[in-house]
Amino acid sequence: MKKIEAIIRKSKFRVVKEALHEIGVNFFSYWDVTGLGNEKEGHVYRGVSYSTSDIQRRHLSIVVNDDFEEITIKTILNAASTGQVGDGKIFVSDINDAYRIRTGEKGRETLN
Amino acid sequence: MELLTTNNVWMMICTALVFFMHTGFAFLEIGLTRQKNTINILFKNIFIITVGLLLYYLIGFNLMYPGDFNGYVGSIVPGITPPENGMTPEYADGGYTWWTDFLFQAMFAATAATIVSGAVAERMKIGSFMIFTVIYVGFIYPIAGSWKWGGGFLDQLGFYDFAGSTLVHSVGGWAALVAVWLLGARIGKFKNGKPQAIPGHSIPLATAGVLILWLGWFGFNGGSVLSANPELTSLTLVTTCLAAAAGGVVAALVSFIKYKNLDLTMFLNGILGGLVGITAGADVMTPESAIIIGAIAGVLIVFAVSFVDAIKLDDPVGAIAVHLICGIWGTLAVGLFSTNPEHTFLIQLTGVACYALLCIVSSFLIFFVLKKTLGLRVSEKEELEGLDTHEHGMDAYPDFRLNEH
Repeated sequence: MKKIEAIIRKSKFRVVKEALHEIGVNFFSYWDVTGLGNEKEGHVYRGVSYSTSDIQRRHLSIVVNDDFEEITIKTILNAASTGQVGDGKIFVSDINDAYRIRTGEKGRETLN
Repeated sequence: MELLTTNNVWMMICTALVFFMHTGFAFLEIGLTRQKNTINILFKNIFIITVGLLLYYLIGFNLMYPGDFNGYVGSIVPGITPPENGMTPEYADGGYTWWTDFLFQAMFAATAATIVSGAVAERMKIGSFMIFTVIYVGFIYPIAGSWKWGGGFLDQLGFYDFAGSTLVHSVGGWAALVAVWLLGARIGKFKNGKPQAIPGHSIPLATAGVLILWLGWFGFNGGSVLSANPELTSLTLVTTCLAAAAGGVVAALVSFIKYKNLDLTMFLNGILGGLVGITAGADVMTPESAIIIGAIAGVLIVFAVSFVDAIKLDDPVGAIAVHLICGIWGTLAVGLFSTNPEHTFLIQLTGVACYALLCIVSSFLIFFVLKKTLGLRVSEKEELEGLDTHEHGMDAYPDFRLNEH
């Protein structure tokens, strides 16, 4: 089993979510994150200009069986891309085990 | 008796509208500051309206309206027992009853301290602020008011301030200026001498606050007619609203030209600037003059906000620009635009100077003594972590989160 973590633009979340549903990845968690990066955004507040390197992104955490790894990554790469700096990153790691709390099931069956 | 009833009902409605302005002030102030200081600001605002009312009952009303007095300081007569004709048309030419008079004026009294509350936000000790409020609302504001509205020496001189550009807004504004100066800027406001932005945490709340204040001004100015006189109340509401609109539009426009940015907070402050500006002469202006007064207030706001920053004063909500600068402007504008030829620029200027002297000296004394004894500022740790946790042990949003879609 793999955990695929993707940090994507918030504006791309809907497209990515729909693309993932289409390939059968229906369950995952996400949360909003603030990161630092090279991109600077200009703002003005009450006559004072300022820029911030704080970047608002959405973090997706998806656990899939090994045979879903490649297509999940491909789907996110396609759906989340704009070609501009700041499209985000994907991290992949191994997961030892998974359990479904309701039934006590273990392994493959608990996912998807 | 019928006349008294109509007038009295109108004055009661206006009293309620002025009371509602405290909601507006609270929303505006918490909207333009950070969420870690929300409880602290709300606590101050609630303290001001409750304690302010009681103080006005105890000493304020009689100190501000002493009847026959020396023209400078009245005497302290506790309570509000009505005079013999206090509930009849003989009182105030049938405008309202003695008790309505008390409540309407009491709602005004608290406003002066509320102006200071926003300016000192996010760094002042709550105890010191409460002591300041008690002295300023209890004694200074009523004495200041008696000079004009109580028939004191400025009234004799011919000074005119219809609803309080000077008597309410500048009185608060001067104290805000002194407080901000003695208190120092918030940590992070100036970096290498350059002003930094510390964005407020809820612009929707700030917007609601300004619109509520505008609504409240229908009572603030409308009630200052002191009767339901159809011609004067209509004129007053028209000039009030036109000045507010002109102030907002011009502030937004000037801010756009100056900063290339459609800044809603400047738009909002411009509306308030226009309202404060028209307040001194709302019943003696033509609608056209009202628009000009509001528009100039709008220009002043934008430059005053950056001027306050430039002289290294930290005023998180723009109280000095709105209430002091536009309050002075509105008072002087009476001397320039009034339809009553008896109002002159020179007398208006004299009034502004007298109030500057009283307010600067008194608020300096209060804040200076507090600074040397209890201290004005919270500790650095407390300021960084927020006044809500340290001064109140509470969190304004303990179980609240926004989702973005």
